[in-house]
Amino acid sequence: MRRVYGFHGGIHPAENKHQSLRSPIRDAGIPPQLTLPLSQHIGAPSRPLVQVGERVLKGQMIAEASGYVSVPLHAPSSGTIAAIEDRPIPHPSGLSAPCIVIDCDGRDEWIEHSGVADFRDCEATELLELIRSAGIAGMGGAGFPAAVKLAGKPGASIRTLIINGTECEPYITADDILMQERATEILEGIAILRHLLRPEDVLLGVEDNKPAAIAALEAAAAGTGVEVVTFPTKYPSGGEKQLIEILTGKQVPSGGLPADIGIVCQNVGTAVAVSDAILRGRPLLSRITTVTGEAVAEPQNFEVLLGTPMQYLLDLAGFRPERCERLVMGGPMMGFTLAGTQVPVVKTSNCLLAPGVTELPAPPPAQSCIRCGLCAEACPASLLPQQLFWFAQGKEFEKLEQHNLFDCIECGACSWVCPSHIPLVQYYRASKAEILLLRRDHERAEQARLRFEARQARIAREEEEREAKRAARKQAAEKRAQLAAAEGGEDPIQAAIERAKAKKAAQQANGDTASPAPAVAPLDALRQKLAKSEQRLAQGREAGEDAKIINALEATVTRLQGKLAEAEADAASATEAETR
Amino acid sequence: MSLIRISSPHAHGATSTSSVMRQVLLATLPGIAVLTYFFGFGTLVNVLWACLVGVACETLAVSLRGHSPGFYLKDYSVLVTSVLLGIALPPYAPWWLIGIGVAAAVLMAKHLYGGLGFNPFNPAMVGYVVLLISFPVQMTAWAPPRGLAEVPGLWQALQACFLPASYDAVTMATPLDVLRQNDGLLMEDLWQQTAQFGRWAGIGWEWANLAFLAGGAWLLYRRIFTWHAPLAMLGALALMAALFYDGGSSASGGSPLFHLLSGATMFGAFFIVTDPVSSAVSVRGRLVFGALIGVLVYLIRVWGNYPDAVAFAVLIANFAAPFIDHYTQPRSYGHRKTGGKP
Repeated sequence: MRRVYGFHGGIHPAENKHQSLRSPIRDAGIPPQLTLPLSQHIGAPSRPLVQVGERVLKGQMIAEASGYVSVPLHAPSSGTIAAIEDRPIPHPSGLSAPCIVIDCDGRDEWIEHSGVADFRDCEATELLELIRSAGIAGMGGAGFPAAVKLAGKPGASIRTLIINGTECEPYITADDILMQERATEILEGIAILRHLLRPEDVLLGVEDNKPAAIAALEAAAAGTGVEVVTFPTKYPSGGEKQLIEILTGKQVPSGGLPADIGIVCQNVGTAVAVSDAILRGRPLLSRITTVTGEAVAEPQNFEVLLGTPMQYLLDLAGFRPERCERLVMGGPMMGFTLAGTQVPVVKTSNCLLAPGVTELPAPPPAQSCIRCGLCAEACPASLLPQQLFWFAQGKEFEKLEQHNLFDCIECGACSWVCPSHIPLVQYYRASKAEILLLRRDHERAEQARLRFEARQARIAREEEEREAKRAARKQAAEKRAQLAAAEGGEDPIQAAIERAKAKKAAQQANGDTASPAPAVAPLDALRQKLAKSEQRLAQGREAGEDAKIINALEATVTRLQGKLAEAEADAASATEAETR
Repeated sequence: MSLIRISSPHAHGATSTSSVMRQVLLATLPGIAVLTYFFGFGTLVNVLWACLVGVACETLAVSLRGHSPGFYLKDYSVLVTSVLLGIALPPYAPWWLIGIGVAAAVLMAKHLYGGLGFNPFNPAMVGYVVLLISFPVQMTAWAPPRGLAEVPGLWQALQACFLPASYDAVTMATPLDVLRQNDGLLMEDLWQQTAQFGRWAGIGWEWANLAFLAGGAWLLYRRIFTWHAPLAMLGALALMAALFYDGGSSASGGSPLFHLLSGATMFGAFFIVTDPVSSAVSVRGRLVFGALIGVLVYLIRVWGNYPDAVAFAVLIANFAAPFIDHYTQPRSYGHRKTGGKP
């Protein structure tokens, strides 16, 4: 018998599990329309691969993973793509998000598919790729891509594989009934995970309130080396960190991952999904969902195609809307309320709780915190919820972080025990969001500061360089001057200045002499030029020179005669104007 | 169909602040009964009158703060404060003394600080100390127990409270006074020569303490509070008494059993020290807090100047509570040391 450890705190809320365990898993069938949100997991939303109007087959990939932490999406049944648009999704915000909508044709026609012949022949990377391409995200509720978790950190070896069959939340029995009915498939999945991770121990943890499941698992696990470990029922034993502590006595370091202490934890539903994907080539198309609460006539578990509208599922269970004023996806401790019944079932929908009005009454108005400490006794993370509440009210973020707000797993145990009915978890969620926002702002401000400082430094550096160049030039000139002085010559700068002065003086002198009788001088010059040209022409004719030269001289004489005539006319008109 | 949208958790436990307070009130009944048996109806009249004044003060304060008094009266916290103060005051106290004490507790110690949950000091003990400092004569006059004098009836108790001028009070030093003023007598001789002493401690006092112990044990069983603070206080007090017992010489401070069953020891341990609002919050913090009170009670009783020490010890420890909290933060999951990263 393996030693079982405890964990701090915890509570014992009414289990309310028997209601939905009276009948076996029922196939919910094919609804007329399936709505598949592109983001049903933690990480980047998947990218559509299909067009509106396209016919798709069951199991066909209709959206691909868009990053490492992302998973693809497959058509849960055959039909035509009716729309790719924003639709309401099951999310605490109640907002809409991109979805692929399929009009089912009811034929449920499969795409060609097959499993691997023997997974023991497969490399780890190959198996991981198969798990990833099957669209498997953690089925326990968080929806973290299974392949990413299984790939782990490079170099970190896994000593213990923990399979989580705890299901500690009240009302939910999806894992319980899965363990009862499909223990063999769970063990198949575990065998694949073992081959992949090669751990020393494989522990299958189940709370002792599920005797039928324990019996089925023990029968299936006999001789496999998988240890079925049972422990007393206490909420929240199914929290990953709490289960690890129960089974190994170790604590996951704050801010770290189970892999840091050589542990990987997977849900039983994920194990079944892995065996379906590897052995049967069947991607994740459906899941087990508990439909329960007093507002349904027949609480039970369904095998539901992903994308099935909640309303369709509620109707199958005999929904009585007049009794229901609140609809919860998940359990009563950590589930969130839905805005309407048209939102679809997604990969993480383990339960649809429709409580009657008196079954889970709305909390009375909160009274003052009397710091009774019941919350601190109940906290599985050993926090001081009453102090966190105090600091959250005062927005003392530093104090909140110092009191390890971020180690809060939001299990709701503190709110459950609070005699003053204070919605403690809501305060912590709000404070976490505010702190994350502040951190982001701070990071941005820090980046902006670094950018600004870098720019200032660059400008200063350039200025310095320029200054240095100027200084160097000045120094060189001074040196030249000194050298010249030393050689007895005149100072070149002084010489240049004197040259410039002399030039200016000469120009002034020329300007004084060239100014008088500007109109007469050109006339005389023209007459002289004409006389010279006529003389040259006469000499050339006498000497019998070449005809070309004679021609050119004649042309010159004619041009000069013309110019002279013009100039004389100008001069005459000018004199005329003066005399008048 | 419109669905309501609220955040998780959607299920809640059955405990409520009102039921916690009601159980504390119930648990005081054995103690009140024993006090009434040994000292007459004085305590009962104290308690009832204190409750009336308390409710009036609470209504006034809550109305002045612009809230609905009904909602706040339903938490029963003001009744707890009033009953505890009524028990702590000497029986046959005049009406105005009780009125001033309750008003100081409810208006000053509670509402001036922001009401229930925000008071750094235990309101009942603030009321008690205000009276002790302002009216030492009235506050140190305790009635003699049954067997040493005639026990006044209900009519006389009412007369003492509401027509104090016409009431001829009979008072007697309490066993703690006798012990503090003792010089020269061995414990054994003192025990034989003083009428007030009974089997283990003072006549009446020992039974009253046992009755409060019984009430406290029931609250522990009901998980209204944890054992840490009260047992740390009792343990520290007994340890101090044992250390300075001195074999029963004339300089002795009294035996551990005497201290455990004298004055307000059990009443303080289970009804005052356990007040969650003004105490330290963590388990280790409550151990330190309780032990500090135990040590202080002994120091003040033996070397101090007051008839009993619980009120002062509690107020001093209330001062220290935030400081204790700072150093006794529990180790959170996944952390190696308390506070901060591992």
